[in-house]
Amino acid sequence: MIPSAFDYAAPETLAEALSLLGSAGDDVKLLAGGQSLIPVMKLRLADPSMVIDLGRIAELSGVRDDGDALLIGAMTPHHQVATDPLVAAHVPLLAKAAATVADPQVRHRGTFGGALVHADPAGDLPAPALAAGATFIIAGPGGERRVAAADFFQGYFSTAVGDGEILTHVRVPKYTGWGAHYEKFTRVAQQWSIVAVAAMVRVEGNSIAEARIGLTNMASTPLRATAVEEALAGSPLTLEAITAASAHAAEGSDPASDLNGDAAYRKHLAAVLTKRALVAAAGL
Amino acid sequence: MARSTTITVEVDDVSYTDDVEPRLLLVQYLRERLGKTGTLIGCDTTNCGACTVHLDGTSVKSCTMFAVQADGRRVTTIEGLARDGKLTPLQRAFHECHALQCGFCTPGMIMQSASLLQENPHPSEQEIREGLEGNLCRCTGYQNIVAAVQAAADGTTTSDSATENGASETAGVA
Repeated sequence: MIPSAFDYAAPETLAEALSLLGSAGDDVKLLAGGQSLIPVMKLRLADPSMVIDLGRIAELSGVRDDGDALLIGAMTPHHQVATDPLVAAHVPLLAKAAATVADPQVRHRGTFGGALVHADPAGDLPAPALAAGATFIIAGPGGERRVAAADFFQGYFSTAVGDGEILTHVRVPKYTGWGAHYEKFTRVAQQWSIVAVAAMVRVEGNSIAEARIGLTNMASTPLRATAVEEALAGSPLTLEAITAASAHAAEGSDPASDLNGDAAYRKHLAAVLTKRALVAAAGL
Repeated sequence: MARSTTITVEVDDVSYTDDVEPRLLLVQYLRERLGKTGTLIGCDTTNCGACTVHLDGTSVKSCTMFAVQADGRRVTTIEGLARDGKLTPLQRAFHECHALQCGFCTPGMIMQSASLLQENPHPSEQEIREGLEGNLCRCTGYQNIVAAVQAAADGTTTSDSATENGASETAGVA
């Protein structure tokens, strides 16, 4: 399958990319790892007249320590997020989720920021980013702005990144003393999540001090399982308490019905997977 | 920004400079421009892994990458693995374990297995299966493929000299 013809530019700096983007008109696409964009271009579901490849901009790739947070470049490949020692030490939830994306070849090419801006409801990075309270750093013609995860995801394949803007980095707070797990439910290899749950738990003694939970594919955007988080705060660290709290996982969700399962099935999965994710994160 | 771009790519240790359309996929460039037909197009939708090559040493699906993205980079195909007519231990293991039936998935399976063994030289059976998640064999021959990767990791394949005939046969299939 051959995409429609397009003009191509591969800038080497962010400033150059923004300038190209500003003068390219409406019919332009930014190319990150291309693991979602190239397939849809081959199917001609997207046929941009211009593609700006961000792959040569060194400043957009890599993970670095930023005090109380990590700064993850938007062009950092999934494989690097999954294996980076800083991510493993401070936000293991992201490493665990990145390791479940598609397959090894796709993880070598696909990028952290590309997947977040693509904002597929079944994608595996948005819910962990939401649960971890990430901040999205977006560059545009007027400079840089920062958007909280809760405001970043706006709908199906839709984010706060506007025309003429580029997601450059994601800032994720360090979590010390938290357990984390990403529980993904699929039926075949390399499948998108039917439902998945991202969970982080901070245990104090014999009780759960705090929990942060993100749900994948339970609405058009990732969701926080707020009712579960509230039920768990200060509760005893027992299977009974986790099971009771997890029953609230689907509250406020609005999952789609499709060939993989209807909405009621997804709501059932959300409770089951939340329990599994919490048990693993808490080390029960 | 013309609709033709000049790229220079090192493929299997040879440097090539060509004018390409930006929409030309890497796999098409390898097969149709360079004649590297050892790399196959299977599903053409990023699922089957038959088109797997190495880009700067790590596995990628060459149907899901434009040739222009490989400008200035190093590509290794199945045709670039053997040295001086001698198969690599991994290639020999595929031959000795009979890790193929029709052979269509084999180049991609070997390239992904090589990448897996670079990242994890001693994988468990489960890790091998997960590492080959992006490669499909429609002959249902996974059992021997997993055994071949395990044999290569364990160093239990026979020596070069014992398999020279087998080597050329396997290269012919791939």
